[in-house]
Amino acid sequence: MATPTQHHKRRRLSPLLHDLADELLFVILDRVAADDPRALKSFALASRACHAAEARHRRLLRAFRADLLPAALARYSAVSRLDLSLCPRVTDAALAALSTAPSVSAVDLSRSRGFGAAGLAALVAACPNLTDLDLSNGLDFTDAGAAEVAKARRLQRLSLSRCKQLTDMGLGCIAVGCPDLRELSLKWCIGVTHMGLDLLALKCKKLKILDLSYTMEEKIAVQIVKNCFPAIMKLQNLEVLILVGCNGIDDDALTSLDQECSKSLQVLDMSNSYNVTHVGVLSVVNAMPNLLELNLSYCCPVTPSMSSSFKMIHKLQTLKLDGCQFMADGLKSIGKSCVSLRELSLSKCSGVTDTDLSFAVSRLKNLLKLDITCCRKITDVSLAAITSSCPSLISLRMESCSLVSSVGLQLIGKRCSHLEELDLTDNDLDDEGLKALSGCRKLSSLKIGICLRISDEGLSHISKSCSDLREIDLYRCGGISDEGVTHIAQGCPMLESINLSYCTKLTDHSLRSLSKCIKLNTLEIRGCPMVSSAGLSEIATGCRLLSKLDIKKCFEINDLGMIFLSQFSHSLRQINLSYCSVSDIGLISLSSICGLQNMTIVHLAGVTPNGLIAALMVCGLRKVKLHEAFKSMVPLHMVKVVEARGCVFQWINKPYQVALQPCDLWKQQSQDLLVQ
Amino acid sequence: MDRDQMNPIRDQPPNLRSMNPLCYQFMAEDALLGMGMQQQQLPSASIRHMDWSPDTMLGNLTFIEEKIRQVKDVIHAMAGRSSATQGELAAQQQQQLVNADLTCLIVQLISTAGSLLPSLKNSSFLSGAPPAAGTGQAVSLAGESSSSVRNGVSKEGDMGSPDYEELFKGWTNGAMEECIGGGGVIAGEEQDAMLDAFGVDGETPLPPPPESYQVLQLEEDEILAPHTHFCSICGKGFKRDANLRMHMRGHGDEYKSAAALAKPPPSADAGEEQERRYSCPFAGCKRNRLHKSFLPLKTILCVKNHYKRSHCEKRHTCGRCGAKKFSVMADLKTHEKHCGRNRWLCSCGTSFSRKDKLFAHVALFQGHTPALPPPPTSTATQAADDPATTARASAPSSGHQQEPAGAASFMWGTSSCHGDDAFLDVKDIGGGDGDGFFSAANLGSIDFGFGHLDAFAVDHSLAMLLPSEQFTNAQESEER
Repeated sequence: MATPTQHHKRRRLSPLLHDLADELLFVILDRVAADDPRALKSFALASRACHAAEARHRRLLRAFRADLLPAALARYSAVSRLDLSLCPRVTDAALAALSTAPSVSAVDLSRSRGFGAAGLAALVAACPNLTDLDLSNGLDFTDAGAAEVAKARRLQRLSLSRCKQLTDMGLGCIAVGCPDLRELSLKWCIGVTHMGLDLLALKCKKLKILDLSYTMEEKIAVQIVKNCFPAIMKLQNLEVLILVGCNGIDDDALTSLDQECSKSLQVLDMSNSYNVTHVGVLSVVNAMPNLLELNLSYCCPVTPSMSSSFKMIHKLQTLKLDGCQFMADGLKSIGKSCVSLRELSLSKCSGVTDTDLSFAVSRLKNLLKLDITCCRKITDVSLAAITSSCPSLISLRMESCSLVSSVGLQLIGKRCSHLEELDLTDNDLDDEGLKALSGCRKLSSLKIGICLRISDEGLSHISKSCSDLREIDLYRCGGISDEGVTHIAQGCPMLESINLSYCTKLTDHSLRSLSKCIKLNTLEIRGCPMVSSAGLSEIATGCRLLSKLDIKKCFEINDLGMIFLSQFSHSLRQINLSYCSVSDIGLISLSSICGLQNMTIVHLAGVTPNGLIAALMVCGLRKVKLHEAFKSMVPLHMVKVVEARGCVFQWINKPYQVALQPCDLWKQQSQDLLVQ
Repeated sequence: MDRDQMNPIRDQPPNLRSMNPLCYQFMAEDALLGMGMQQQQLPSASIRHMDWSPDTMLGNLTFIEEKIRQVKDVIHAMAGRSSATQGELAAQQQQQLVNADLTCLIVQLISTAGSLLPSLKNSSFLSGAPPAAGTGQAVSLAGESSSSVRNGVSKEGDMGSPDYEELFKGWTNGAMEECIGGGGVIAGEEQDAMLDAFGVDGETPLPPPPESYQVLQLEEDEILAPHTHFCSICGKGFKRDANLRMHMRGHGDEYKSAAALAKPPPSADAGEEQERRYSCPFAGCKRNRLHKSFLPLKTILCVKNHYKRSHCEKRHTCGRCGAKKFSVMADLKTHEKHCGRNRWLCSCGTSFSRKDKLFAHVALFQGHTPALPPPPTSTATQAADDPATTARASAPSSGHQQEPAGAASFMWGTSSCHGDDAFLDVKDIGGGDGDGFFSAANLGSIDFGFGHLDAFAVDHSLAMLLPSEQFTNAQESEER
């Protein structure tokens, strides 16, 4: 490359590109990539200069195979983020082979296994500027590994979720070794006790975000709560504290906080900590006047006194009380006390009545997001109050509010024109309601599953006005046909995710029209018996970004569809093939997709154990669901080999059931179940 | 280090050492305090022959040797000086010194030889008469010995130095009654010699100390002497007189009486005496009375332990960790109780028996961090590292890497089946959205991979079987 002739050649090939400053070129490439992620690939293949420019431009490297990292890092010298989440197995040797990569600042090993302390040592040595490290789900992660991680002195963000073998010793190493730590997740690190946390609070004064979810179980937490809770609370810079499922925290621990709590705390999540009562909440409110977000889901019944105490937190913007029981007037006092509230979540709450909710929302003029999922007592009255008093709502989730009528639902579209996210699953929505919703032009996510009364006509209204729609859920909308899907596909070119499961009328025509949505990455057509391989091939060739595909019970789909997928859908990560007419050939061709992570292969008549194991041997799956019958048919040592490569087997034992229930019958049955 | 290796007894595992009765003499007295009945536990007749240990003997002989050398030096000096005119007093003092040393020598020799005896009952080696016949003699001898020097001292108190008497009192204070040799051996002149050895000059009032106590100083020999109590019949040495009394039972029934076995009553005038404190013979030590800020030692036992700990080599190495060394056996025993168990280490090398202590330490000192014990599988990780480097070295030629030997179980899965993907991935690795690289050739190679599942596919054969253009493409891209 250094010879003059080659240099000359390079100039001749792309004189314009050569003269362009890298900064400008990168801006261009950014814009191009935003439009079509695959464009960069084509650009890189245009010429050597383009190839080099693209290599310099790339910041994120998402590797399929860890053992090729050295080559990849040599090519992409400017990469700052290294994402290994697609490598189910990253060995110590692969990490040891890394040469020094000063540009790498973030490494994601959250879904990888197989590496130990030696590998981490090599990684830390190779990446001197490492600031972000994600080691979540490291079930093999031990204190020795933590001691190696502690050598990355610049580390600022570290996730150790579910590193259940981690003990105080490892945490102590990290606390001493990484003084710049700003974010730390110790979720499910059940080996950590108060001593490690105490040391952490002492050494890492810069901590801003700390996740201690599920570390303080009831029995062992006495020491933690007593000894280190105050120390953590006193961390000067702590802004976010997540304490989900910390049953050890009780009122006594919270009342002791009174005056000695850091004033910087902005977000507190204590959901599922069921030993907290209104007394503890009161002391939290007293101790943390600067809170912006408070999550007390599944904690304790909400009493009027508790809700009125929220007025001590002047700036409170987000309040989540999912699954709480509201005592008399509890909700009303929230309306009185939390005037600045922007987001309120009341999903699955009992005791939410029309009068209370109407009163509350009438006071909460700033509300942008409201979640009233499964509040089964509310009627049109509430909805009228919500829509009239909060016209600026951005997000409304009201799945399964069964008493709200179709007329009431029309109010949403008429009044809340700023809506971006709407969940009306399992409601009495009809085409009129959809027509009204066409007023919400900013709508990007629309979930109208199990709304049996909507038809193609309603969807046409949506498609005409909601061109920004990214996600639509039409689960078990039995009334829609190819025409409606075609409307959506034509009207919403930005569509990324669509769920058409159990829309039994759909045929290949729907898929053909959907193949024009080039950004589509999630397609669920479970239980559409009229869809065939021809339609799937259209999707495979058209939607090249497809990463998640559910074709369970699409009986017509056979090996041909799989071969198309294997040739064109290289982004595919997850696929459900159950009940399809796919045989060994289809499976093996599928297995050539490098990035494939999850596969569900239950009740596939055409698959033999040999074909199955051949496919599994080839592809680097992370998780595979198989029917239990295969367990005895597949040779055990083969299973072991596949498991050693990072794959997890899940054995399903469900009865073979081909018949598809009509949507209305299914809804009736599920409602009956609910009543029982 | 070298000296440790020379002394085999220290290399024995601790449990073996504790089984060997003779090793008790390496233990400090405090370790034995709780085992007053130690001698009882040994069936003396049957196990006596096992008491003999070459190491102990060697130690004793070395001690005797050194002592002889010292005496020789003194006599040499006396011979050299005899020509010169000297004060009568000085010559007499030197004579006394020699006498004392010789006495000490004899006592040690007897003790050493006594332990050599396989069984006293079966041999008439020492007494010249079978014990059954010579009981009377034994009684008389033992009577002197058991009445101990203290009686002698109290009798001869006016003619001997009071210091000597006080010294013995002090030894009793230290729960360690001194009983050097048979009572008959120690004569008045020897007392004077002892007096010299213990440094009477110590009587002169020291600058700082309050007058509430007297300061005595033992010499190194006395401190390090393996035994302080000796059997008057067989000469066997003991550390504690209780053990001696137990031993005496073997010499006849008269020693089995309650009176003979009872602990000798403390002297009546003990309470009236001034308190005693001890000085370390090591010059410059803070425990030495000449030191500016002298801190006296309370008991003989303290002297012994202090001298061993501070001024002797740490000869006892922990067999378990190999790192910790002690000069006092009891310290080693204490350490071994906790060694390897509940070790909480700090990066500075300090270890703690409790985790909270370690964390308090780490919290206190900047830069200290909890240290993990060395992993037992360190060799395994090294083994995993080495193939990694070799694999890296071979990677450019073969086109793809091998898994390390440690991961052999899945190696064939990867190398045989994914061999061709390796090349594709070099290009696809970035976006994961590559297209056009999958073809029938790719599918074919998968079949190949599975076909050779049982046999290991060698890299080069794989490369040859690949479509040639793809292979060269891949190599090019890798080189780029």
